[in-house]
Amino acid sequence: MASRLVNWFKFSSPATFFPLARKIGVVSTVIAVALIAVGLYMSFFVAPTDYKQGEGYRIIFVHVPASWMSMFIYVVMAGWAALGLIFNTRLSMMMAQALAPTGAMFAFLSLWTGSFWGKPMWGAWWVWDARITSELILLFLYLGYMALRSAIDDPRRADRASAILLLVGVVNVPIIYYSVQWWNTLHQGSTIRLNEESTMDDTMLIAMLIMTLGFWAYSIAVAMSRLRTLILERERSANWVRELASRGG
Amino acid sequence: MMEPLFWIVRRDLTIALRRRSDIFTTLVFFVIVVSLFPLGIGPEPDTLRLIAPGIVWVGALLASMLALEQIFSADHRDGTLEQMLLTPQPVALLVTGKVLAHWLVSGVPLVLISPILGLQYDLSFDALLTLIVSLLLGTPALSLIGAIGAGLTLGLRSGGVLLALLVLPLYIPVLIFGAGAVEATVSGLGGRSHLMMLGAILLGSMVLAPLATAAALRVAED
Repeated sequence: MASRLVNWFKFSSPATFFPLARKIGVVSTVIAVALIAVGLYMSFFVAPTDYKQGEGYRIIFVHVPASWMSMFIYVVMAGWAALGLIFNTRLSMMMAQALAPTGAMFAFLSLWTGSFWGKPMWGAWWVWDARITSELILLFLYLGYMALRSAIDDPRRADRASAILLLVGVVNVPIIYYSVQWWNTLHQGSTIRLNEESTMDDTMLIAMLIMTLGFWAYSIAVAMSRLRTLILERERSANWVRELASRGG
Repeated sequence: MMEPLFWIVRRDLTIALRRRSDIFTTLVFFVIVVSLFPLGIGPEPDTLRLIAPGIVWVGALLASMLALEQIFSADHRDGTLEQMLLTPQPVALLVTGKVLAHWLVSGVPLVLISPILGLQYDLSFDALLTLIVSLLLGTPALSLIGAIGAGLTLGLRSGGVLLALLVLPLYIPVLIFGAGAVEATVSGLGGRSHLMMLGAILLGSMVLAPLATAAALRVAED
């Protein structure tokens, strides 16, 4: 009975979540700025020079967190999509929608920095490595989601159609990942390995974790501000939005 | 329980046989695309033999993708699809029937013509055999996965291009194992494991894809 006392759906309404989104956005902006500042300082000045790759390796502090976030955000979006389909909540769908551009941006950033890293280390801008290829496919999945959303005019239909696409995508991501990996090992005998199995220095690891948390907070902050815009746009005929507008807030 | 499925297949096949040009368009597209590559790459048999599995497979994949839009569009336009969704039969079953019929019309011809295209690329008999089996397992999986995209983009403005954007990334595993099977046969490793993976993908998509497609159609017809 205790669970009855907590109203889990209280914040599932756009009207109640709107002010909360602002608070979450402000807090996570502060956290993001602080963490990324500390993380960047550590990655440039504290982390030691790599004995093999010299200073060029420092791109890892952006590259790896960006890759992690790009994968994580896709799963989170699929989770919101599933919630939205199950409970028929608009806010969950808006949450997925608000996250998509950030996820795509991280996927692109990961490819971009990877390419900048690859040129000095391997001598090639692009290698058909399993992980690079999967990241590229992930970017395609993000673009497909956003393209489908923008092609459908009715927001409710766009919600549900793109949610189905996200769920189909999230089932496929592991299959794609493993098939690409298998394809890669069959095609290329022994080319460059992305991960030299070297033990990582502690400060490197800590800097990378701080950057990851910073990117995480950044994602939340950006998603919240995008979500607030989406809420206002989609609820523009609702009374509370009109009152908000007439109060000049 | 399976009766509606057979009825749908029979109906769609009858309609398709009355409009045979659609079948040939897909087939001719496949043949032309595969024939373009030697013109772009050069006629050296060694090179062609090397790239043949990939080219025939990519050609088949693109051809079956082009045909996808036809699965539901005609029924959507004249309202048949809406009536189908209103019937007491499970939508996933009806979808399976429509996809099966679509594959018989657009997939099987591709499989049948593929050995001839393989001969153009000087593939050995074993490789041709693997090519046929891999396409036989792979193209129905393509139709099943593609049907999800066709359902999602039903009646949208930029349907065709959007469909490609949604579906092509999901086709990648089928392409990898399909072309990989032929390639493994060419290189003497044997394509058995690839074919088994293709079979697994086919079985998995037979179970899951109709459910997703049914959900997509419900959204589209809402």
